[in-house]
Amino acid sequence: MAKITIDGIETEVPDGTTILNAARQIGGAIVPPAMCYYTSLQQSGGKCRVCLVRVAQASARDPRPLPKLVASCSTPVQDGMIVENITSPDVLEARKGVVEFLLINHPLDCPICDQAGECDLQDLSYAHGLATTRYEEERRTFEPIDIGDKIKLHMTRCILCYRCTYVADQLTDERRHGVLNRGDRAEIGTYIQKAIDNDFSGNMIDVCPVGALTDRTFRFKSRVWFTRPLDAHRNCEKCCGKVVLWTKGEEVLRVTARKDKYGEVHEFICNECRFEHKNLSDWVVEGPRHIDRHSVISQNHYEKINLVALKKEIERQIQFQKGRTNGNNPNALTA
Amino acid sequence: MGTQSQHNTTFSPETLELVKRIIARYPEGKQKSALLPVLHLAQAEFGGWLSTETMDYVASLLDIKPIEVYEVATFYTMFNLKPVGKCVLEVCRTGPCALRGSDDIIEHLQKKLNIRDGETSADGMFTLMTVECLASCGTAPVMQVGDHYIENLSCESLDEILDRLRAQHEQKAS
Amino acid sequence: MRRQLLLKDINVPGIQSYDVYRRQGGYTAVEKALRGMSPEQVTEEVKLSGLRGRGGAGFPTGLKWTFIDRKSGKPVYLVCNADESEPGTFKDRYLLEHIPHLLIEGMILASYAIGANTAYIYMRGEFRWIFPILERAIAEAKAAGFLGSNILGSGFSLEIHVHPGGGAYICGEETALLESLEGKRGNPRLKPPYFPAVMGLYHCPTLVNNVETLATVPSIITMGGAEYARIGVGKSTGTKLISASGHINKPGVYEIELGLPVEEFIYSDEYCGGIWKGRQLKAVVAGGSSVPILPADLILKTAKGEPRLMTYESLAEGGFQTGTMLGSGGFIVMDETTCIVRNLWNFTRFYHHESCGQCSPCREGTGWMEKVLHRIEHGEGRPHDIDLLDDVAKKIEGKTICPLGDAAAWPVSSAIRHFREDFEYHIRYPEKVRNPKHFEIEPLVPRRHLATA
Repeated sequence: MAKITIDGIETEVPDGTTILNAARQIGGAIVPPAMCYYTSLQQSGGKCRVCLVRVAQASARDPRPLPKLVASCSTPVQDGMIVENITSPDVLEARKGVVEFLLINHPLDCPICDQAGECDLQDLSYAHGLATTRYEEERRTFEPIDIGDKIKLHMTRCILCYRCTYVADQLTDERRHGVLNRGDRAEIGTYIQKAIDNDFSGNMIDVCPVGALTDRTFRFKSRVWFTRPLDAHRNCEKCCGKVVLWTKGEEVLRVTARKDKYGEVHEFICNECRFEHKNLSDWVVEGPRHIDRHSVISQNHYEKINLVALKKEIERQIQFQKGRTNGNNPNALTA
Repeated sequence: MGTQSQHNTTFSPETLELVKRIIARYPEGKQKSALLPVLHLAQAEFGGWLSTETMDYVASLLDIKPIEVYEVATFYTMFNLKPVGKCVLEVCRTGPCALRGSDDIIEHLQKKLNIRDGETSADGMFTLMTVECLASCGTAPVMQVGDHYIENLSCESLDEILDRLRAQHEQKAS
Repeated sequence: MRRQLLLKDINVPGIQSYDVYRRQGGYTAVEKALRGMSPEQVTEEVKLSGLRGRGGAGFPTGLKWTFIDRKSGKPVYLVCNADESEPGTFKDRYLLEHIPHLLIEGMILASYAIGANTAYIYMRGEFRWIFPILERAIAEAKAAGFLGSNILGSGFSLEIHVHPGGGAYICGEETALLESLEGKRGNPRLKPPYFPAVMGLYHCPTLVNNVETLATVPSIITMGGAEYARIGVGKSTGTKLISASGHINKPGVYEIELGLPVEEFIYSDEYCGGIWKGRQLKAVVAGGSSVPILPADLILKTAKGEPRLMTYESLAEGGFQTGTMLGSGGFIVMDETTCIVRNLWNFTRFYHHESCGQCSPCREGTGWMEKVLHRIEHGEGRPHDIDLLDDVAKKIEGKTICPLGDAAAWPVSSAIRHFREDFEYHIRYPEKVRNPKHFEIEPLVPRRHLATA
């Protein structure tokens, strides 16, 4: 076990835990954002740089700070490590920079994007971005393409998180798309127009943090905040069968896997569940889906960081921690 | 595409032998390591560029997926993904060459051959490409032509160099 | 004449061949090591020598060797980084082309020290004519019993293979190089967890060393580490190859003893021979295009007024405010007619072109900087562009997966720091700078600040 302090909050996590996951165990405002890391996809993380944090003390043995900000999603904790996330002006400034970089070539076409309202980039921009842009140059553009009859690729919106390529590598029998070209000419593609068609390809839509890969069966059907999400399941031979139905009245507009509060799917679903069962009667409905993170879905949660409120939050967490340790249950956080 | 019909996508027996020897340089099961060397061979043997068929063939030789080849071929600048002329002039445009006049060299070639960067002359002989640092800054300006560098270029020497290259290719052809 | 270790035999006719190289005393270091020294002793001599990585980072070589995890039970690899692509650097090519056996000898010694039985030379693909030279040299060394199994009866075996790159500067970064060697895109790996010494090639312990670094090892074993450490100044021991280019009378590769004054290197006839065309020195990029550019006064003397020396420490004196880095030893000299903005746009275009695109600050930031610089250089700059550029560079620096981000940011920050007047001139006189040779026609004379009464 390693003791670690993040923004003044102490916790204890198993050795090898990343800083990001340690922060997620604490929860609240001190959790760094993540655009490319994805718990259930091996090799993911390290690329987008929005989760950079400052390590003020590397470990109990080596109390020096690390010279550069580190990617919290891929840096394991050390015993005695002290991390600063939202308490470091350097981190906030760097994050603002990364958000700006992610947006300079982004089309900002949220008004016509199906991802709007549940888009990680949108959330991030509200939280850390600038209201105006300093970018006056021409933006990189690509034509949208259909990859198969179920998935639409808007490369202009892509932030090159690589998650969809890991889905193809790790969940499907043959990866047919990948990252082509390099630098800011890099794009997700198949090189030649090839359909991506296999039982689990639809998960690429769920892991996409932006509107680059969207569900063609849901295309322009509804703004996501006008839909009613329901937890539901069915017996499926290919996958867990546990989904969210996005409904309007009796109509099932789309089916997705269930995302946790960090937007991650832990149980992927098959294409049959996702695309072939659009009748409520196909499903056992469990009840309304609680969604507690996304921007528009959860409505106006993106006010500026309020330092007074933050201090209160941290104090609350510290009291909470004390309560736990007094209760002689040091593992409570990891349980 | 016209080139597809005349494209015979198998290496010569000698090249196949060489491919086998290259694969043997890497540990068992790591034959993907041979991808860059084999792509170089393929480009040399199949007309100076890599068509989709060529890349699929290389994928089959190395027992990897076609997308793995496309990803790599589009990353590295030495691989041409479009047909090129018989003689590719790759002129360095980076700092140290620029300090010694590579801009003038590039402009001279563009005028002389009536093409822009990335284009092929009307007679199909020369393709002009600007490239980044070739590690020949002490003999700048420099360009790569095939297996060799031509160093200490000047606008005056270029005309003679182009004539010589043209003659070499005509000789090879006949 | 100063001491030469790497280039002393470079002009001996036929030195490319095994026979001549051997006659000049080649491979005696291998004989000495394999017959009378343990691998640990070889490493110890390299540590004693104070040799620092010659690829650019200057990390102590012997120390790097000790990081190799020899207890993992996995094979250990040596990879020679011959992907020389840093603008202004062409020294490795000189060694590879003219004295290949020196590298092979160094690779045998390093492999013996770290316990590697397979070694690869990852050479940039553009050096097409050098591949047969290296392959012939390897075959000759093998025929002479210096490669293959049970070398000199020592029980130590080694095979060396040459591997071509495909045209990507980023593959000079060691983890990108390993990805590329595995047949993938040259995307740098995350550190942690992929430290090459533990999780390198095929996830096995791997040592990656630059050509010049490895080629220096035979001299160290022959003369002894302590003796080698006597050359140079302080922690900058030994000799270093400097690639000199730009506006000088005698561009080329020079072997210097570390500690040589910069002024002597630029103006002495033994080295660069002074600025060409009788012009004045304006600026120097001392260690390859990535390092901060310095104006003439700061490259010749430190801010404290001491003579600047060709050492890791002296060039860095003053930090980034007034100093720079020795880097790879790519010494690019610019005369008074040079447009710093044009040169910077050129370098930034290079980094934009070479960014792998994996992480956002470098992928997006390099392109942004290039576009802004292109505008300024072509007479379309705006007053706020200079501060914008400086800020974009700051937001890339230190935020990326690999050092390419820093390499792209440092030239921008330093050019603005030392040559702000060049930028302001471009914004003030857009019609003048539309002619690409603007400073050749009318050199920019820095404003003299007069003390007013």
